[in-house]
Amino acid sequence: MPLLASDPLLRGDIDLTVVLIVIGKTIAVFALLMLAVLFYVWFMRKVIADMQNRIGPNTAGPWGMLQTLADGIKLFFKEQSTPTNADRRVFMVAPYLAILPAFLAFSIVPIGGTVTIAGHRTFVQLADLPIGVLWLLAMSGLGLYGVMLAGWSSGSKYPLLGSVRASAQLLSYEGAFSLAIVGVLIQTRNLSTRAIVNRQAWVGSWPIAHPTEWPIANWLIGPAIVAFVIFLIAAIAETNHPPFDLVEAEQELVGGFHTEYTGIRFAIFFLAEFMNVITMSAIAVTLFLGGPAGPSLGFLAANGWVNAWVMPIFWFMLKLLVLLFCTVWVRASLPRLRYDQLMDVGWKFLIEIAFLWVMVSALLVVARDQRWDLWLVVPSAGLGAMAVYGVLWLSMPKRDELVSHDLEIK
Amino acid sequence: MGRFSGFWVTLEQMFRPRVTTEYPEHKRPKPERFHGRHVLNRYEDGMEKCIGCELCAGVCPARCIYVRGADNPPDAPVSPGERYGFVYEINYLRCIHCDLCVEACPTEAITETKLFEFSFVNRDDAIYTKRELLVDDDGRSRRLPWELWAGDEDDQTSAWMRATSSAGNAVYEGRIAWSAELGFGVRPPEHGQAAAPEQESDLTAPRPEEPVGTRDEEAHS
Repeated sequence: MPLLASDPLLRGDIDLTVVLIVIGKTIAVFALLMLAVLFYVWFMRKVIADMQNRIGPNTAGPWGMLQTLADGIKLFFKEQSTPTNADRRVFMVAPYLAILPAFLAFSIVPIGGTVTIAGHRTFVQLADLPIGVLWLLAMSGLGLYGVMLAGWSSGSKYPLLGSVRASAQLLSYEGAFSLAIVGVLIQTRNLSTRAIVNRQAWVGSWPIAHPTEWPIANWLIGPAIVAFVIFLIAAIAETNHPPFDLVEAEQELVGGFHTEYTGIRFAIFFLAEFMNVITMSAIAVTLFLGGPAGPSLGFLAANGWVNAWVMPIFWFMLKLLVLLFCTVWVRASLPRLRYDQLMDVGWKFLIEIAFLWVMVSALLVVARDQRWDLWLVVPSAGLGAMAVYGVLWLSMPKRDELVSHDLEIK
Repeated sequence: MGRFSGFWVTLEQMFRPRVTTEYPEHKRPKPERFHGRHVLNRYEDGMEKCIGCELCAGVCPARCIYVRGADNPPDAPVSPGERYGFVYEINYLRCIHCDLCVEACPTEAITETKLFEFSFVNRDDAIYTKRELLVDDDGRSRRLPWELWAGDEDDQTSAWMRATSSAGNAVYEGRIAWSAELGFGVRPPEHGQAAAPEQESDLTAPRPEEPVGTRDEEAHS
């Protein structure tokens, strides 16, 4: 397998056209991500306003769509201050350390199908790394450095507390997050996002003759439903989105790690945060919802520009929008968790469930390959998982026990 | 599903009407006892009502009113009385809009409008002199460059309080005891004041009986 990528663009000789196409794709993906952030912030404010019987931003541009741009311009022209105690160099670099991984993580997301640009066939995706999903984990781990160093270099207490929380939270949920991804990888047996998407390609035609011809039967949300739920929860926690936004809990930490930041550096942190939300949603679409898979327009040519370019991107965007709406919905509905609740959910619940799910689905995959009797395997796997979780649950200290022990209340 | 019922609560709200009033374009009706900025009223013949007695300045708890009276010039009197308000200044950086000046005024010269949108940016603008406070020749409030109100918003006055001051009682008792104004004539009783009995229909614009203290969408027509 080529080291760089499995993209057909990079298979043959690399000439100037190929380089230009890659540069063009880079710029296009960057622009797309920036526009997506602009859109998402507006969308989030509008939806939350709807959920609170308000109107939301409505002045800048049509329906207030340019509100984020206006905010960005305002922040760009504001004064940037640096605290006296700050470690100046790290303080200035930290926002960029936060935004760079956020952008790089998005580069592996397959946005569309396979198209032909200037005689070269290529994926509508910036990079199709063979390590694929591992790249996402690496980048979300690196993104922590921005937050961590911002808190450290501010020379102030609240930012430091916020960044310590960030690292503890990311560490706690990285386990469940990775195990949820493993739940997918067991099914696909491939790390490449393009391969995962191809595995979930749209099949079947109307009328449906056989249950396996259901168009979405290939989507991994079916065989990895528990992993999907765990992925969503862990991804929300990884991106420090409410209700897991203890990193910047205003009531406790002022602004958390970005308390001392002003102007465009402050804006960059928010850009990175919202980029991460979009990336995570896009990865969820890729891993579980078939990525760009969706019905093409049958009355147009199968390889015409509409069916090759527009429809896969349309389906991808539609699924992304649904997931983004869900993140906003969660944000509007749930109050912030207490810190011990956050840790409880991560360590005592999500990791165990994700781990057991990985084991059970591994067993099922092996059973399918070995043609074992599923009637025997599935119930015994389920019972075994429940037994293991029961033992774990019984051995965990309960909260009321902890309290009575700590406070010596009998 | 108690833990997840919150999701339904938020989703349900999306289909309910919005509570927002889009403020600068649309304004809610103000409460009948709303206290805005003052005006100095004039009689229907154009004479000023202020007689320069300085009771308003005396009663003002914030000491924001400065009045100096002077004798009316015999050939061109400014007010019907012996004296008139020669200097009249209100410092809106101090005014607390308590309306005690309006209650103290024996001639209903000073009343409060419901105009409240004046955001000056220097201290000189905060001091409204007689030139700014006195109604113009049509009996309308003078709009200053930093004031934001639509053309007819100055129709609304705190006449509730004028009725209080003249009759000694907030409840309108059937006989209008307040004087006419330039441009508006005798103002009708306001909503929330008890209406005139039917037989005394010679009074100006009696209002139908309505419960005291409720708020209507429009203060008065």
